[in-house]
Amino acid sequence: MAFIPHTAADVEAMLATIGVSSIDELFEEIPASLRVKSLAGVPDELNEMQIGRLMSERARTDGRPLCFIGAGAYEHHIPSAVWAITTRGEFYSAYTPYQAEASQGTLQLIYEYQTMIASLTGMQVSNASVYDGASAVAEASLMAVRANRKSKSQRILVPTTVHPHYRKVAVATATNQGLRFEEVPYSAGEGVIATPSLAKYEGEDITAIVIQQPNFFGRLEDVDALTDWAHARGILVVAVVNPTSLALLKPPGSWGTQGADIAVGDGQPLGVPLSSGGPYFGFMTTRLEYVRQIPGRIVGRTVDLNGRPGFTLTLQAREQHIRRAKATSNICTNQGLLMTAATIYMSLMGPQGLERVAAAAHAKTRELLNSLTRLKGVRAAFPGPVFHEAVVLLDRPVAPVLKALASRGILGGLDLGEYYPELGHALLVCATETKTAADIESYAAALGEVMQSVRAA
Amino acid sequence: MSKVPADLKYTKTHEWLRTLPDGSIEVGITDHAQHALGDLVFVEVPEAGRAVKAGEPCAVVESVKAASDVYSPITGEVIAGNPKLASEPETVNSDSYGSGWLMRVKPTASGPVPQLLSPAEYEKLQQEEGD
Repeated sequence: MAFIPHTAADVEAMLATIGVSSIDELFEEIPASLRVKSLAGVPDELNEMQIGRLMSERARTDGRPLCFIGAGAYEHHIPSAVWAITTRGEFYSAYTPYQAEASQGTLQLIYEYQTMIASLTGMQVSNASVYDGASAVAEASLMAVRANRKSKSQRILVPTTVHPHYRKVAVATATNQGLRFEEVPYSAGEGVIATPSLAKYEGEDITAIVIQQPNFFGRLEDVDALTDWAHARGILVVAVVNPTSLALLKPPGSWGTQGADIAVGDGQPLGVPLSSGGPYFGFMTTRLEYVRQIPGRIVGRTVDLNGRPGFTLTLQAREQHIRRAKATSNICTNQGLLMTAATIYMSLMGPQGLERVAAAAHAKTRELLNSLTRLKGVRAAFPGPVFHEAVVLLDRPVAPVLKALASRGILGGLDLGEYYPELGHALLVCATETKTAADIESYAAALGEVMQSVRAA
Repeated sequence: MSKVPADLKYTKTHEWLRTLPDGSIEVGITDHAQHALGDLVFVEVPEAGRAVKAGEPCAVVESVKAASDVYSPITGEVIAGNPKLASEPETVNSDSYGSGWLMRVKPTASGPVPQLLSPAEYEKLQQEEGD
C-alpha cells in the first residue's frame, strides 16, 4: 500500500476546489532560489533485505574499539533491563499522543522523569526533555532573555570552557532572534574561566552567563563564586551539567547563595548508548519563578472527578497551539523514547547506584591520567581537580598518534586542535566505569609504543 | 450582556482606559474579554519604566482555554504593572474594571492620537462580535 492515501483524482479535485492548478503552485511563495531542484546525490531506494544487508556490513566496519573519548557523550554500562523495558509496545512511541491524558502511563513516566531530574539537579521544575545538550543550551539562552525582564541587552556570556558544539548551536539558533553571545576566555594555566576577564562587564547590562560544570576540559569551575558574581549584577545563571557528575558534585540548585536559574545538559549518560552520536536527549530545569518561560511541556499529578489520582499536561505555556504565532519554541516531547530509557536507568540505579558509577568513573580517569602522564612526552595540561575526563598534552601532533591507536582498536580521545589550537598538541581523554585496569594498561602501553614510532614534530 | 462602564474609553481589542487624577492612564481588559477568556491562571504585566507604543503587545493574559496578548492603547511609559496579579490572576475575572487593572501608562505628549471607542461604540462592537 502506498503511504500517500490520495489518488491522482483526489489530488486534482482538491486543487480544483481551491483554484490551484498544480501542487507546485502551492509553494510559489517560497523564492525559487531557495528551492531544491533535484535530488541528485540521493541514491535510489533499496528494499528491506538490501538495506538490512548494507547496514550489517556498515556496522561490522565499526568494530568494537576500546573507547577513551568523552567530550559530551559517555560510554556507560547500561543494564539490559533498560532497553528491554523501554522497547515494550506500551512505551515504544516517541511522542506524547495528541489526546495526552488518554495515555496515563506515558504521562506518569514523564512525571517520574521530571521528578528524578529535578531531584538530581536540585532545581524546582523540569520539563519533559528537549533534543540534546546543545539545543538545551540554545533554549536556555532564549529562555533567559524572557526570564530576565530587568535586562534589555540580550547579551549572553559564554565562556570558551563550554562545549564548542553547544556554543555553535546556541549561536546558530539564537543569533537571528537578536541574542548576542560573547566569549569569555579561559585561564591558560588552569583550564577554567579566567575570572579577571569578567571585570570588563562590570556595570554593563548582561542577560545571562552560561557555566558548564565539569567544563569541556573536565575541570571544575568555581561555580559558587561565579553564580554569586552574576546574581549580584542581575545576570541569570545557566548551568550546563553532566547528570552522572551530579551524584558527586554540588547540584546547580545549590550553586552560590541562590542557586542557578536554569540548569540543562545532555541526558545521554543516563542509559542512552553512544550509537555514533545520537539520538540523545537534553534535560532542562529551572526555578518555579520562571516556570512559564520554560519551553516544552510539564506533566503534573492531579485527581479526576471521582478523586482518583491521575496525570495531566499541566503546563505547555510556550507551545504553538497555546501561544500561536507568539510560541517561543517548538520543543515538545520529541525525545520521549530516550527520556523513557533514562527514567528506567535512574530507577534501576537509584541514587546510590549513580553515585557508585560517578565515583568509579572519577577513579578510572585518575588511573588513566596517572598511567598516561608516566609516559615520556605526555603531560597533564591543567593542574587541579577533574571529574571523568582531562586534557593531556603530547610532545608531537595528535592526529597521527590517534590514527595509529585506532589501527590497534583504541579510540584514544578527542584531538582538541580544531577547537583550541592555542593549546598545542592537546588530547581530551575520558575513562568511565566501563574501563578496567587492564584496558587502561593496554591503552598506556599502546600509546607508549605509538609515541616511539610516530616521529616528534 | 457584559458590563460597559460609561466613564471609560475602549479599544477594538477589548482593553479599557481610565484617566487618573495625575493624568496617567490605567489600562485593563473588559468584562467581555475576561468572560470570553474564562478563568485566568496567569497574567504577565510590563515592568515599570518600559516604553510602549500604541498597538504594541505589552501584557499576556492566560486562561485555562487560551493565552492572549494585551495591547497598549496608547504611546507612553509604563509607570506601574499591577503587582497583585502575579499571585492573584483571578482578580481580572472578578473585578476587571477595578482591582484587576493591568498597567498604568504615562502618555507621551507627542504621541499619535489613539483610536479609542466610546462606551456606546464598544457596546455596538460587542454586539457585532455576537456577545
